[in-house]
Amino acid sequence: MLLIYCPYCEVERPETEFHNGGEAHIARPADPSKTSDEEWAEFLYMRSNVKGIAVERWRHIHGCGRFFNVVRDTVSDKILKVYKVDDPMPDLEALAKEAGR
Amino acid sequence: MKRYSFLELAKNAFSAHQNWGRQWRAPEPKAEYDVVIIGAGGHGLATAYYLAKEHGVRNVAVLEKGWLGGGNTGRNTTIVRSNYLWEESAALYNHAIDLWDGLSQELNYNVMYSARGVMMLAHTVHDVQVAQRHIHANRLAGVQNEWLTPEQAKEYCPPLNISKDIRYPVMGAALQRVGGTARHDAVAWGYARGADDMGVDIIQNCLVTGIKRGADGAVEGVETAKGFIKTKKVGVVAAGNTTNVMDMAGVRMPLESYPLQALVSEPVKPAFPCVVMSNTIHAYISQSDKGELVIGAGTDQFISYSQTGGIHITNHTIDAICELFPHFRRMRMLRNWGGIVDVTPDRSPILSKTPVSGLYVNCGWGTGGFKATPGSGHVFAHTIAKDEPHSINAPFTIDRFKTGRLIDEAAAAAVAH
Ligand SMILES: Cc1cc2nc3c(=O)[nH]c(=O)nc-3n(C[C@H](O)[C@H](O)[C@H](O)COP(=O)(O)OP(=O)(O)OC[C@H]3O[C@@H](n4cnc5c(N)ncnc54)[C@H](O)[C@@H]3O)c2cc1C
Ligand SMILES: [Zn+2]
Repeated sequence: MLLIYCPYCEVERPETEFHNGGEAHIARPADPSKTSDEEWAEFLYMRSNVKGIAVERWRHIHGCGRFFNVVRDTVSDKILKVYKVDDPMPDLEALAKEAGR
Repeated sequence: MKRYSFLELAKNAFSAHQNWGRQWRAPEPKAEYDVVIIGAGGHGLATAYYLAKEHGVRNVAVLEKGWLGGGNTGRNTTIVRSNYLWEESAALYNHAIDLWDGLSQELNYNVMYSARGVMMLAHTVHDVQVAQRHIHANRLAGVQNEWLTPEQAKEYCPPLNISKDIRYPVMGAALQRVGGTARHDAVAWGYARGADDMGVDIIQNCLVTGIKRGADGAVEGVETAKGFIKTKKVGVVAAGNTTNVMDMAGVRMPLESYPLQALVSEPVKPAFPCVVMSNTIHAYISQSDKGELVIGAGTDQFISYSQTGGIHITNHTIDAICELFPHFRRMRMLRNWGGIVDVTPDRSPILSKTPVSGLYVNCGWGTGGFKATPGSGHVFAHTIAKDEPHSINAPFTIDRFKTGRLIDEAAAAAVAH
């Protein structure tokens, strides 16, 4: 079970309070009618499924209810950073180095 | 190959079974192969076996980063059934059932396939409707599946608690009598021995680190822990690690990898006659011939390659087992473990050619591919040998995620198998 820090409630809580929302920073195509089948497939179905340092969304369903982003090492399951939805993606290489990967 | 028989058994008894010999060689890789398979799980080994047996392609290597059968093949709860919803799936899983039937004879290796029946419980009105829809669809597709009342379910499986007072009372069940279990290790070992005998090189402790493509984009070989190996055809059968391996060739995949857990109890005398599954309360159970209760739990909710899952997931399953089968309450659990399963958006597998010439992929079996092992290897071997899919796996392309022609088995396989 992970311990996850909610950046809105500013508390660390057990994983069971949260719902995983999949890969972060996937933007919906801006103009659906101009989006090709390949682009739809990429948006809807293709996933990075990273083995290593990954960015993902979590939602604090049994707390504030809000989405936020987490950087996690998917091999050790260690959480390296938590940030709010509007914040830019942190420098993953620097985080990986810090974590000794 | 030394064929196993009663005579051999008797003969070897005279030397206290010291001289059976190895079941397969441990060769060093050759410089070049006609086909290289990445991943010596059941599916990869079966693919190599049928390539050699049915297509005469014997210059084949199976490369495995660990030991053969040490991935999901050796970690699963061994449930075999074919009552999926869509006709595409029925054809694929029924093809496997047909092969399971004679597999021990075919391989001269006891895979202990036991058609003891798989019963899937319904606990809500919605469950009942879904199960009955499946039963009707299955019967139209020629797949065996029948409806049982709670009383009939209890008759089939006496330990089942059908009391109306439990949190999720049993409202009925779908039973597939040809479903059952098989010995997972024996499936890997049997295919390995058979493939090796026909000349296939199974190379263990050989991590694949790169896929080399030529100027025209086609596959030219693979980089491995044991050096570069030249080949024009690569079959990727790497389960939870498929995304990584396909990345080496620059192909994006519609997959997510999650830990899925199972556990076994201390062994006891025969107490459980069949397989029981419940998708709604996340539990499935059978008893191995050794006597252990084999219990399957759910997946973690996040992507992970750790091969261990959260303990709260197994606890949740144990809660359900104790309610459904109260007389197991005081049993002790001996071991639990996890495997990394590769899940597709429509919960159906991918057995397909890829945008890269000479690269083929067999993946996305997620939480339920053991049952399909013989059929999957059989049609995937065809796909590689002929460079075109067998009619059975033709719908299971990567392209379906672009065309939208999904094979949605989420209701059948969302949780279990
Ligand atoms: C706990 C659990 C319970 C399950 N229960 C059932 C069930 O009851 N019924 C059912 O039908 N299915 C079940 N499944 C699913 C089933 O186990 C799998 O779908 C099936 O075994 C997949 O077989 P495979 O040969 O494709 O994969 P694997 O057996 O995982 O083989 C893939 C192999 O590829 C190797 N590999 C990966 N990357 C590389 C690389 N870069 N280089 C070299 N080798 C590599 C791995 O080491 C591995 O040995 C369960 C799975 C789990 C984890
Ligand atoms: Zn919160």
